[in-house]
This record gives sequence, C-alpha cells and structure tokens, in this order.
Amino acid sequence: MKDKIRIASGQGFWGDLIDAPYHQVTKGEIDYLVMDYLAEVTMSILQKQKNKNPDFGYARDIPDLMKRILPAIKEKKIKVVTNGGGVNPVACAEAVINVAKELKINDLKIGVILGDDISKRIDEIIASGSELNNMDTGESIKNVKDKLLSANVYFGAFPIVEALKRDADIVITGRTTDTGLTLAPMIYEFGWKPDDYNLLSAGTVAGHILECGAQSSGGNFLGDWESIPNMAEIGFPIAEAYPNGEVVITKHKNTGGRVSFETVAEQLVYEIGDPVQYITPDCVADFTSIKLEDLGNDRVKVYDVKGKPETGFYKVSCSYADGYSASASLTYSWPQALTKAKAADKILRRRLELLNLKFDEIRTEFIGYNACHGPLSTKLDEDLINEIMLRVAVRSHDYNSVERFGKEIAPLILTGPPSVTGFAGGRPKPSEVVAYWPALIPKKLVKPEIRIL
Amino acid sequence: MNVLLKDIAHGRSGDKGDAANIGIIAYDDKGFEIIMKHLTAERVKKHFEGICLGKVERFELPNIRALNFLLHNTLGGGGTVSLKHDAQGKTLAAALLRMEIEDA
Repeated sequence: MKDKIRIASGQGFWGDLIDAPYHQVTKGEIDYLVMDYLAEVTMSILQKQKNKNPDFGYARDIPDLMKRILPAIKEKKIKVVTNGGGVNPVACAEAVINVAKELKINDLKIGVILGDDISKRIDEIIASGSELNNMDTGESIKNVKDKLLSANVYFGAFPIVEALKRDADIVITGRTTDTGLTLAPMIYEFGWKPDDYNLLSAGTVAGHILECGAQSSGGNFLGDWESIPNMAEIGFPIAEAYPNGEVVITKHKNTGGRVSFETVAEQLVYEIGDPVQYITPDCVADFTSIKLEDLGNDRVKVYDVKGKPETGFYKVSCSYADGYSASASLTYSWPQALTKAKAADKILRRRLELLNLKFDEIRTEFIGYNACHGPLSTKLDEDLINEIMLRVAVRSHDYNSVERFGKEIAPLILTGPPSVTGFAGGRPKPSEVVAYWPALIPKKLVKPEIRIL
Repeated sequence: MNVLLKDIAHGRSGDKGDAANIGIIAYDDKGFEIIMKHLTAERVKKHFEGICLGKVERFELPNIRALNFLLHNTLGGGGTVSLKHDAQGKTLAAALLRMEIEDA
C-alpha cells in the first residue's frame, strides 16, 4: 500500500480554466487527476445534444485536453477520474481512445461507468413501487413525466473503485457525485472498506474541498481577497491523502493563489445544508467533526472527520421543460440615470400589458444599484451615479409572449427616456426553462455497470 | 460597541435549489462568540426581508468557527427557472456581511 497519494483537482465545472488540468500534471508530482464537469443544468444540455447526434452528449473539451496530457500521464503513471462522460460516457471514452491512437499510445485502458441514466425506466421504476416523488415538494412525478428531459442517478465512489481494480488508466463516468471522484482513489489505494464510515467521510470531505477547483485555493475568496498572490496563475487544489484518513490540502509550488485555514473553510461551507448530515451514496459525513490545521506554506491539514452509514438510497436528478424565458438590458447615463431606467421599465411593462401578453413573472433589476443585494442596497444620490443598466427578464409557458417581449426592447431607445445605449446582439430569443426534480430511489433498483474499453 | 459583520467574519454563499446557503466564518474566537450570540436565524430572516421569502435555518460548525444558514424560497425558483441576475445567490454572503451588530 502507498503511504500517501496526491489527488489533483483539474476542473471545478465545465467551462473552468482550460489549462488547469495541464498545469496539474506538469507543474509537480501527482498520482490522480480528478475533474468535475457536471452541474445540474449540464445533464439536460448534454441530453439535448445527444438527441441531435448520438455521438455527442459528453464534455467535448475532454478529447482536446487528453491530446495535451496523455503523454505526460502515461509517462508519470497518473490516473484520471472524471464525470465528463455526461449522458454518453462510451462515446467520450471512444473519442479519448482515438486521440490516444493518434499519439501512438495503444495500451490505454479506459473504465466506463454506466447505468445512471434511468430516463427510459421511469414507468418500470414507478411500477416497482418507487414513487420518485419530489424530495422538496412531495409532488408525484406523474405530473411532469411527459416533459422529462433527463433523469440520472448519482452514483458514488465504488463503481470507480471497481474500474480502478480492473486496471483502468482513465475512468469516465456519467452522473457521479463530485465527492466520489476524489474518494474513489483513496478507497482503491488504501483498501478502505464500504463500512469504514469515518474514512469514507474523510475522503468525501476532501472531495468537497476539491470539487469546485480553485475555490479552495484562493479563488472567489471573500476574506482578504486582495492579498491573494498571483491569481492570474492560480494553482488548483491538491489533496495529499493518507491511509488513516488525514488529508493535507495544498497546491503546486510556483503557482498563484493560497491554501489557508480561511480559503479551505470558505469552501467547506459552500452549498451545504445540515452539516451533520452531508449525504452521499457512500456515507453520511459529519461536517461539524472536521478539524483544520493551517500548517503554513499553503498546506492545511483536514483531520478527525466522522461519519455514519449511507442511507440505502441514491439521489435522482431529473430535469424537465417548464416554459420559456428571456432577458434584455439597456444602459442609461447621467443625469438621472436611475430615474430614466425606472421610467423605461414602467413604459415597457405598460406596453406588454396593452399587448395582452401572458407572463408567469416579470422581473426588473437595476444593475449598478440593486441587482445583487435588492432591498439591502445603499440608497443612491442620483447626481453621483454615472450610469445604470436596466435589466428586465420574463418567464412564461406561452412561447409567443416571450418572443414578443424580445421585440419590445430596442424600440425603447427611440420611444422612451434619453441618453440610452447598449442594445446590441439583436432581439433576445426565448430560451427553454429547465426545471429540476430531485428524488430518491432505493439502491437495489439501480445497478452500476462497469466496462473496460 | 457596534460591529460591522464584515470586519469580524467572511463567508461564501451558493444555491441549493430555490434555497440559498450562506456560510459565515469568524476570523477568531471572539468573533465566533459574537456571531453565535447575535447572528440568530430570526436576525438573518429580518435582514433579508423582501429577499428571503421562506424560513431561515441555522447550523453551527464550531470547529471552524462557522455558522451555516439555509434561506428557503430565496432564489426565484432556482436553477434556470430563476429570473434573477444572481440566480445562484453568489453575492448573498456579502449581503449578509453588511449587517451591523449593536452592543457586540
């Protein structure tokens, strides 16, 4: 057994710094590169792409990235774990294999995790007694069944562990928890068991710290952010994991950013609910047990993590089409910028009313004044405001109303308050609103499938 | 003595469906005492009047000197349903740091 492994975060979301994984494999020693590509909205986007072309439906940045890093990861024996397979992990793996062949690498083993997509099994699952009721509202899924765009189960670390045991160099999954990507290498390397709940929780906490990329190494840091060095070349976080569950969060030397008690603590509280019950398919981690020790030199020890058994359920994330929305903006300058923007909003709303359009919601925000903090915003002295951006957004189940809204923005320039600019890029088009349906499913109804390509 | 929350704590916020989560971390033990005592769920609910339309839950993480708040019914439906410019509540941690605590 290794006495420690270094697991590096390469992406915090699909669209994160493209060069981050390359720097993680080239700027220092690591054993694993883990990359999270899937936000909730991503699955429905990928499903739409796959519907148009059966070869699509995965994070298409991956083949290009692999072209850059494959030689280095083969040479240094770095393993890669990613959920960028989206709704088509096999196509993603095949694309990577093609890239490897171009590079004359012919002995690459790719593990693929399937079985998370239950979109075609909804009726069968309901028939077997699992209601898939909305976790938040209790509503029955029958109300949205015909509008579903995607339905995926969140698998945890163990299917990835299985692929690693079968000698995969790269593991590509569909919907897997962000934390499972980081936990899996620890289970595999240190021989942790499915009922080592404290250890599994320790790895889960490390996964939570890594899952948003540089958000734990100085990015988006609300403390003394101006003191963070060299954010232009920010280093992404690395979890140095030990068999006893202790983890040191760090980053490569000669990179920007900072790993400190404060930067790690901010990520620990990010998007959590009840900290005593951080629920994953692998365990229920107790975030109140976590201890942090700042060791200096961009090293923070995370230890004493406690946890409890998993719940027996997988979380399911379904998405469904729920109408249309559009937003538009115009910029008004001094003098009276805010007064003008407010007047324009009133004129626009009156016109929408006279046209008898149907909206579920119309929302107006004044960027430069209250778009972020609403009623908490400091009152402004109009003489001191240089400009205000009026932003209006609408949502409706009636496509035509949203489309017509888009045609009512530009006319405000010649038929409303003066000194207005900033309308570019044409009429805003209606975009489909994707709503979420979180549910639970007993684990016995879903079985992960592991394939080695 | 009045204290601006921003001077004794930092934090981060994000979305959990239509709820926003705001984690607030005190810079030191004295600061944590102050937020434990004054930063109640009721106080946070009142601070976000007109923004948070549901209940506020408070959770404590004393090991890292932090409090976590869940603000239900806050993000205009959440996800891509929300029409808000800040649909994910990314700036709400900063909004909470505006709070002034009297007689801290």
